[in-house]
Amino acid sequence: MKAAEFAYARALSVADAVALLAAAAGEAKLIAGGQTLVPLMAMRLARPALLVDIDGIAELNGIAMVGDTLRIGAGTRQAEIERSGLVGREVRLLALAIGHVGHGQIRNRGTIGGSIAHGDPAAELPLVAVTLGATLLTETSAGAGEISARDFYLGPMTTTLPADALITRIDLPIWRGRVGAGFHEMSPRRGDFALAAAAAQVELDGRGRCRRAVIGVGGAAPTPIACADAARLLEGRTLDDTLIAAAASAAAALTEPASDSHGSAEYRRRLTAVLVARALKDAATMARAVP
Amino acid sequence: MNRQAVRLTVNGKPWHGEVPTRLTLVDCLREEVGLTGTHVGCEHGVCGACSVLLDGEPVRSCLMFAVQADGRAITTVEGLAAPDGALSPLQDAFWECHALQCGYCTPGMLIAAHALIARNPAPSDGDIREALAGNLCRCTGYQQIVDAVRLARRRMGEVPP
Repeated sequence: MKAAEFAYARALSVADAVALLAAAAGEAKLIAGGQTLVPLMAMRLARPALLVDIDGIAELNGIAMVGDTLRIGAGTRQAEIERSGLVGREVRLLALAIGHVGHGQIRNRGTIGGSIAHGDPAAELPLVAVTLGATLLTETSAGAGEISARDFYLGPMTTTLPADALITRIDLPIWRGRVGAGFHEMSPRRGDFALAAAAAQVELDGRGRCRRAVIGVGGAAPTPIACADAARLLEGRTLDDTLIAAAASAAAALTEPASDSHGSAEYRRRLTAVLVARALKDAATMARAVP
Repeated sequence: MNRQAVRLTVNGKPWHGEVPTRLTLVDCLREEVGLTGTHVGCEHGVCGACSVLLDGEPVRSCLMFAVQADGRAITTVEGLAAPDGALSPLQDAFWECHALQCGYCTPGMLIAAHALIARNPAPSDGDIREALAGNLCRCTGYQQIVDAVRLARRRMGEVPP
């Protein structure tokens, strides 16, 4: 036993969970998969007085397409997302990123909502949510709310989510047409957090020019960042190597990487440009293959 | 101290007890259930030595509190052999290929490899390495472990040599 003492309650519904959170007045933490929270508790970096277990609440689970939106319940396991044909067909960027989350054994327990709520700046799922401009649906005892993933992160492991709130669902936009995605990251060992990560998605018009694009970078700033100005460089133009290199440089210029034992800030900035270029090339290649 | 009743099915047998809420599943299995085959390594989800099957899926038992597993079925390394103690084809292949030296990572490696073969009877070498990527071994250099899984896969009849 390494964690500090805590009381434990299993919530049977979302209403039950938010009532428990409200009653605990900021002293409670939600646990779903626990793949980040339990290590933090083992190291006593987290010492919640109460753990509210939301694992197995049926209304938090599931993946469904509604119009041009893919709705993923916050409690959906990462392994389920990895195996989902719907995710693979409709939100390729998420399908490409999900295999980089930890290891298979972690993904069997970890949830999409847990990863997004934790907000590690190098984590893949917050990066995908920010890149695509996902909408996070929340619930408190006072009622339902929603927030754009792009407004959600304030700093490392710091979000705008109130202490009494629960993320219930992640809504990801589905792009139709000649769409391609790319995701690249560099980590010292397979399954580790990335030194830097890049996500890109593009849509081409009938003549092969870029109709719209999004670029996101993780691990190279206090939060995952959406590189809107870099993506705008691509619009209306053919995605050749010169243009991709210019967009990658513009994206890397937005980063504020830290230096640590794994690499200097300058290394990470250069790495970011390389990874963004690779992600964009993959995205363009995938989109061109769509008839 | 916060304690709570927990019911588990461990290797097919029911178990119940009252445990501290902060007791991890691996500590519960070793100290309360009395099955010490599952090893405690890093205790924060990095090494994979504590891997068990939770309702058939491999998970790290140090990253779960026992109370979270209430009502679930656990398979530990003790549950892989036949009831008479005969080694499973996978365990036999580990022995034959010398896929262990100190043996500390072995229970986790066996659980990870067992889960792989259960899900995918014809895994490629890449699938094998991917499935074992979350389990650290400081002795073998991994090659014999991959060899053992490959041998077990062949013997289990799904892939011709």
